[in-house]
Amino acid sequence: MSLERDALPNARGDRLYDLAEVLRSKNAGPLLITLDIILPDAGTYRRVIDSEMLTPELIAHLYGLPPADVQIMAFAAANAIKITIPRVGPTSGAPGDRDVYGAQQHVPLIDIRIP
Amino acid sequence: MDEARILSVTGNLGYGFPEKSLLEGASRNPHMIGADNGSSDPGPYYLGSGQHLTKREQVRRDLGLSLAAARRLGVPYVIGTAGTAGGRPHLEGFLDILDEVSKRDGHRYRLATIQAELNKELVKKAVREGRVRPLGPLPELTEQMVDETTRIVGQMGTGPFVNALDAGADVIIAGRACDTAIYASFAAYKGLDMGLAFHMAKIIECGAQCAIPLAANDCILGTLRRDHFELEPMNLDMRLTPTSVAAHMMYEQPDPHHFFEPEGMVDLEASHIVSLDPRRVKVSGSRLVSTGKPTIKLEGVRLRGFRTIAIAGMTDPGLIRSVDEVEKRVRDGVARLVQGTLKPEDYELRFIYYGRDGVRPARAAAAPHEVGVVIEAIAATQQAANTVLSLARSSFLHGYFEGRKATAGNLAFPFSPSDFEGGPVYEFTIYHVMEVDDPDGLFPVDVREVA
Repeated sequence: MSLERDALPNARGDRLYDLAEVLRSKNAGPLLITLDIILPDAGTYRRVIDSEMLTPELIAHLYGLPPADVQIMAFAAANAIKITIPRVGPTSGAPGDRDVYGAQQHVPLIDIRIP
Repeated sequence: MDEARILSVTGNLGYGFPEKSLLEGASRNPHMIGADNGSSDPGPYYLGSGQHLTKREQVRRDLGLSLAAARRLGVPYVIGTAGTAGGRPHLEGFLDILDEVSKRDGHRYRLATIQAELNKELVKKAVREGRVRPLGPLPELTEQMVDETTRIVGQMGTGPFVNALDAGADVIIAGRACDTAIYASFAAYKGLDMGLAFHMAKIIECGAQCAIPLAANDCILGTLRRDHFELEPMNLDMRLTPTSVAAHMMYEQPDPHHFFEPEGMVDLEASHIVSLDPRRVKVSGSRLVSTGKPTIKLEGVRLRGFRTIAIAGMTDPGLIRSVDEVEKRVRDGVARLVQGTLKPEDYELRFIYYGRDGVRPARAAAAPHEVGVVIEAIAATQQAANTVLSLARSSFLHGYFEGRKATAGNLAFPFSPSDFEGGPVYEFTIYHVMEVDDPDGLFPVDVREVA
């Protein structure tokens, strides 16, 4: 049995899962997974951005990828942050894939703490 | 034309929109009605098998209502990516439903159909000429990979739709198409701003998914003018806010500020969304930037074999601790039993343990009280997959592990029979872009009268 990687166990602050209004993952085509973190207001959005907790290095660690594969984009119009990563392993729906729509791949993000 | 009112019926024809929303939309006198009917989201199976995700009864209901509305208004009705994957069998299957509905309701119209399935020789020629490149982490395409592909479709842009509108089509049924092309083509046909048109199309192709509460299976009206567009959900219990629309712009997109179409890159960096009233928003500033030579996105799948699965549950704590040991014995046992008929590379055997790490790695080391297992066998024929699965299932049921007390069986089956044939299994092997001089030439438009 494999264990999910830990998001900085000693960090303090609120969990991203509790701060976010929407925290979701979805296919962006059969090769990419895109993760959306939508915060409830501009203040919370600024707080998450300014914390500088969401780094390619952390996301890469959580998903077992090289940091160069992680794309993080701030999207102020929606008080949102978007993270796009390649699928690790099979393409969507190929033998061995476990999530054809990529809809349950956000969970490694939920324990990230925002001071 | 200074204003184009475009009604999107739903994000996927067959998902079941409320009739009341359609009537509201029709009362706004739209110039065009459209609906999407496909996506690559459900995976490679549909493109490979020719099957549709939405069932005949679902499509018949949605198509019947929306076609009647379009014919009553006398405006074009445009449907893209017919039959889920937009290949030849998908288009044919969809046209069969259209034929049934049209005869039933006595509609007369000019029908344009647009094929999107691509000839392999054409793609191989592009490979030889270095005009194909992968989109993301797939290998470079080779001629051999093209030969091994079950079916290839290209995603058409607005051009073939405009050709159909120019031919006076009342109803357009297209194979694989860019979702945006369904709606943006009308703007191209009328000579409106294409940056705004693509942005509006990108939002309304999902139905009312940008609304609160969100619903892909509901109608939305887009009104495109010279320097902005307006959006309004046609379900009067729904509303739009600048944030709900912006949030939707991120949906299933790798980048919220840019997206790519065969016509170029749509740049949303300067897009501005404002609220007009509690239910409507106005959007401006979106631009289309040319990206040089036109490209067409290709999708192709390869047959990997045939699948059989069994589903069962486990609750014995000793068994749950020893599942990996049982699995190893099962794998060894199956390999021994098929020796002589199947080599190890002739079949795939997988065990998915739901409740443990079926979807993602476990988040705690504590043992769950129940674990569900899906046993999956894939082999070159359905019969071989059935045999491998049957051996794996019986070996698992009776498998030994250190300290086993429940010696009658390891698995609780919810069903009899326990084994299910999944049919052919495909995988995406082509998700590439191809440079072409004449992208519209790949998608022939056929026009005929339906009476």
